[in-house]
Amino acid sequence: MTTATSHPAPDGHDDHGGHHSPHLAHHFYTMTQQVGSAKLGMWAFLATEILMFGGLFCAYAVYRALHPEVFLFGHYFLDTNLGAINTAVLLLSSFTMAWGVRAAQLGQTTLLVTLLALTFLGGVGFMGIKYVEYTSKFDHGLGPAQGIYYNVTTEYSDGNTAQVKRYLVPNSAFIIAGEGDIKYGVGEPTSDQLHQLDDALHYHEKYALKSHADEGLHKDHAKAESGKGDEHAEDHSDSQATPAFSGEADPHEHLVDQSFTPTGAMVTSAVTDTRPPEHSAMALATNGSFGLSDTFEKSGIATTSVSSAALEVGFYEPTLWDTLTEREQSLAYQFFSIYYCMTGLHGLHVLIGMGLIAWVAVRALGGAFGPEYNTPVDLVGLYWHLVDLIWIFLFPLLYLIH
Amino acid sequence: MSHDPEPISAVNEWTDPSTDHEHDAEHAHHVVPMWLLVGVLVLLLALTWITVAVTWIDLDTMFNVPNLNVVVALGVALVKAAFVAFYFMHLRWDAPFNGLILVASLAFVVLMISWTILDGQEIDRLVETPRAARSVQAN
Repeated sequence: MTTATSHPAPDGHDDHGGHHSPHLAHHFYTMTQQVGSAKLGMWAFLATEILMFGGLFCAYAVYRALHPEVFLFGHYFLDTNLGAINTAVLLLSSFTMAWGVRAAQLGQTTLLVTLLALTFLGGVGFMGIKYVEYTSKFDHGLGPAQGIYYNVTTEYSDGNTAQVKRYLVPNSAFIIAGEGDIKYGVGEPTSDQLHQLDDALHYHEKYALKSHADEGLHKDHAKAESGKGDEHAEDHSDSQATPAFSGEADPHEHLVDQSFTPTGAMVTSAVTDTRPPEHSAMALATNGSFGLSDTFEKSGIATTSVSSAALEVGFYEPTLWDTLTEREQSLAYQFFSIYYCMTGLHGLHVLIGMGLIAWVAVRALGGAFGPEYNTPVDLVGLYWHLVDLIWIFLFPLLYLIH
Repeated sequence: MSHDPEPISAVNEWTDPSTDHEHDAEHAHHVVPMWLLVGVLVLLLALTWITVAVTWIDLDTMFNVPNLNVVVALGVALVKAAFVAFYFMHLRWDAPFNGLILVASLAFVVLMISWTILDGQEIDRLVETPRAARSVQAN
């Protein structure tokens, strides 16, 4: 008697007979309780997801608080337009998902399947744009956890060796320091840079004329930045004292000036040339249009990110490579490491969400969901909305640094 | 039997089958009206545009408040997140405890970040400054 009273079975319905929904599991009294429990469990899981991303947001916050200039500099490499488009794509897919839950509740199966398919396509669109962004960065050597430069030594058949320094800077400028004179490879190397380096000596001849044609441009900058070049050469030799990143100490390095031009030309120079470094990120950004097409264009990375509208306002002082301190320059890779970790984990969640949506859509095709039972649609929807929520914070924090 | 303790005899809508409205969608699931879903979407897209537009203006300089741009950007993001959570994620009509879980997890994230930042600021005082001093001495 006592056991019976402490666990009173629903009157006459301790089996699956009566008016109970066939979806009601044994261990629940009512569908309300079952659905409520499922949602509670999902929210508890979402809380752990938020805490996991919280760790990455924490890393972001700490590094940005310590080195705000590094983040300001790094964000020029991200395309605000693509980020904004991706935000809109995720918001739209969140909307179709919420609409899908509504359709499931109202038993509109055809509409539900259509909306789930649209939501899935939203995920495809998001990952597609992310792919464009990632490959464009990889092509420019902006990989995760990459040092600010690394050295590549190439040996030629005539016994010469070329020391190549690859910099994590706008234009992917690289410098070739061989025997005798020093060649500055500047501008847009193709994705397979090492092949180019093998042909470095041919470049030297091929682009010699072109570099002279650009000389006028350089002189303008030389006037504006007179004296800057010498300073910079000194700064650079200081940086060799701090072995904070990859790269062997090379006897030539202290002679190597860091020179960037916004053109794609290869120029040659003697050691004594103290041509001032170009502020290539901004030089490109001020006159560069930006948008989707630029990103497809291989050379677009530096042109795509800086809002030209911001520059026209006038009091917007852009952060350039040369305005960073030595230490900040050595830490510039941190931005990209954090960028890849955060967007990578988020992208993984998008992929998982797409898988879940596909699964729910297949079940919906079989007519599994209706007004009585639609918990899977609901919970997958919650997951998808969380992915959207996280991107809502990632977008301003990574793409819209001011 | 006259004084049956019956712990669940009090009307509990979760466990009492007589209160279960299986066929009443209003109760188990709140069906969000279409105009509300569309309205929230339009609002979210507008807020996205605002977040982008805010970066065209240097609010820090304009109002002489440090980090105002970041604060505004995060504020807009929070508003967007609230709309997604309330309407797309049904928290507006859900059991309040689910909302509590969300708020609690966010609170712990904020706690973790702020404590770590406070600690991170100390690296200048405890590590960087002494290191700089040592290198000056060495030279």
